[in-house]
Amino acid sequence: MERDLIVRLRGATKRFDDVVAVDSLDLDIYQGEFLTLLGPSGCGKTTVLRLIAGFESLDGGEILMNGASLDGTPPNKRNVNTVFQSYALFPHMTVFDNIAFGLKMKGFDKGVIRDEVMEALSVVKLAGLELRRPHQLSGGQQQRVAMARAIVNKPQVLLLDEPLSALDYRLRQEMEIELKHLHRKLGITFVFVTHDQEEAISMSDRIAVMNEGRLEQIGTPTEIYEEPENMFVAKFVGEINVFEGRILDVHNGSAVVDIHGRQFKVQKRKSCGIGQSVKVLLRPEDIMVYKEEEADPAYPFLPGTIEDVIYKGKTVDLIINLDAGETVHVTQFFNEDQEDVVYRHGHKIIIDWPYGWEVVL
Amino acid sequence: MRFRNVAVVLTLVWITLFVAVPYLLVVLFSFLTPNPAGTVTYTFTLESYRQIFSPVFLTVCKSSFTLALGTSALTLLVAYPFAFFLARIPENIRRTLILLMIIPFWTSSLIRTYALIILLKANGIINSFLLSAGWIDEPLGILYTQTAVFIGLVYTLLPFMILPLYASIQKLDMRLIEASRDLGARGWHIFFHIVLPLTMPGIIAGSTMVFLPALGLFYIPDLLGGARSMLMGNFIKDQFLTTGNWPLGSAASVLLTILMFLMLGWYFAVSRRANQGDMKELA
Repeated sequence: MERDLIVRLRGATKRFDDVVAVDSLDLDIYQGEFLTLLGPSGCGKTTVLRLIAGFESLDGGEILMNGASLDGTPPNKRNVNTVFQSYALFPHMTVFDNIAFGLKMKGFDKGVIRDEVMEALSVVKLAGLELRRPHQLSGGQQQRVAMARAIVNKPQVLLLDEPLSALDYRLRQEMEIELKHLHRKLGITFVFVTHDQEEAISMSDRIAVMNEGRLEQIGTPTEIYEEPENMFVAKFVGEINVFEGRILDVHNGSAVVDIHGRQFKVQKRKSCGIGQSVKVLLRPEDIMVYKEEEADPAYPFLPGTIEDVIYKGKTVDLIINLDAGETVHVTQFFNEDQEDVVYRHGHKIIIDWPYGWEVVL
Repeated sequence: MRFRNVAVVLTLVWITLFVAVPYLLVVLFSFLTPNPAGTVTYTFTLESYRQIFSPVFLTVCKSSFTLALGTSALTLLVAYPFAFFLARIPENIRRTLILLMIIPFWTSSLIRTYALIILLKANGIINSFLLSAGWIDEPLGILYTQTAVFIGLVYTLLPFMILPLYASIQKLDMRLIEASRDLGARGWHIFFHIVLPLTMPGIIAGSTMVFLPALGLFYIPDLLGGARSMLMGNFIKDQFLTTGNWPLGSAASVLLTILMFLMLGWYFAVSRRANQGDMKELA
């Protein structure tokens, strides 16, 4: 089912002096989705948000909303609202007046404003705090006021600029869940900007990974995590091990890759030729570790030595020095049935992975 | 440490000798009997304070306050756009402009007031220019009018308004203006709902710093207004230098000081409420 397009960026370009912040970006945003712009600081994600909000003007390309160009439309005439990174609450106004501001500017009458503000306050669970001033609120409460101030205007698109970055870890996780609830409840399109890949993966319908003003990959969190299209996405989203290899043989849908003199069968997604150098990528949790004596010569494996064991509670992280010289990170979940399998520094082990769990680039 | 003690003691001695003692003398004189031959006779009386609350002096008070209030308002109108401009321009230009604003202060304001007379008088620079350009047929009679007094006061006190305003406007978070635009505000709405309330501490500070001196500056109304209306500053000066009634002049000074303290108190109360302690650095 194809959803309706709401915002479309076509060749959007923005320069600051000589720096290209957004470089001819094409991006389609659909009605009702939770889209996250993910990337390192300075990748242009916030600029994209500010372009949609109207705080910056394009140097090239165009932005369409509901099919019409936004060119020349000032921020106050766009049907989008922003939750700012610093919240930007008005310090001289009460919570009520902060939230009512947008409706007042649009000239609604007092009764309507009062009802809408109270409704918004209860949606963000701040009922009863309407007479406080922003400085009398905790960071989490300020964040909710900023949300309420935006959603009370019933925008078509809600732009969120790293709204959780100022909160501590626990509160951030709580707010992640609440944001998702809110998104589902309101049915508004959310465009969320973050540099935190965990946040992006846990909340989004789609993630657009950006780097140096360009789109690296766009897809569902699973696609981004499991099938990164390039090294940037692979390395930016989650931890990943990279093995250098060379294609030895190509079959229908699979290929044989030489890694450190051993022949692994891998799934072939792109066309590749014999002799071509490739990178084989594996997430830490996709790698299997066995004791050395369990090695089966019928299957390929890479031998190594345990360097470090990092106990994480739910998981154990192993840092393994391969005999070939590389360092590999492996995450193991506790297996209740195999409690006797405890690795220590210096243990000789072997690693491999199930066919198809790797990504070949 | 020892240096600090020396510095503190020196400052205290200085303030005591040249601020506290003279002021206490003024308070003392206000309770004594005038001596037409000069200074005072040491007989206690409340006569001076009784005289102060006479209709004559109240008229003087009223015209002084009106003038000071008008000066504050005019100065605010002139200073606000400039302070805004100052807060938004690149650092190096800003430093030059602030310097240019301060340089005239290296000259005595009395001399600058005489310079204003040269500009404003009937055959002065402004009139000569306008006449020779053919824009007017006869000289504008600016000097010795209320207008000239306002021009002089606004000119002299302008920096006291600009600097607090500038400090307050510079602290203004531009993201709040963006947020208000995001929520549908534009133009004057942004100004009246966001910019004005948030720069109110600067407005109050600047207005106080203009209002109080404007009450006491006697030579500007004297020189530019032609001593037509009696103001508090002139009244006090006359008691000491012309009439020779030192106790009455002292009593008027004491009253003026009390009024100023009341206004400062009001200013601190308001600014604290306006910005929750944010104003301390400006005060």
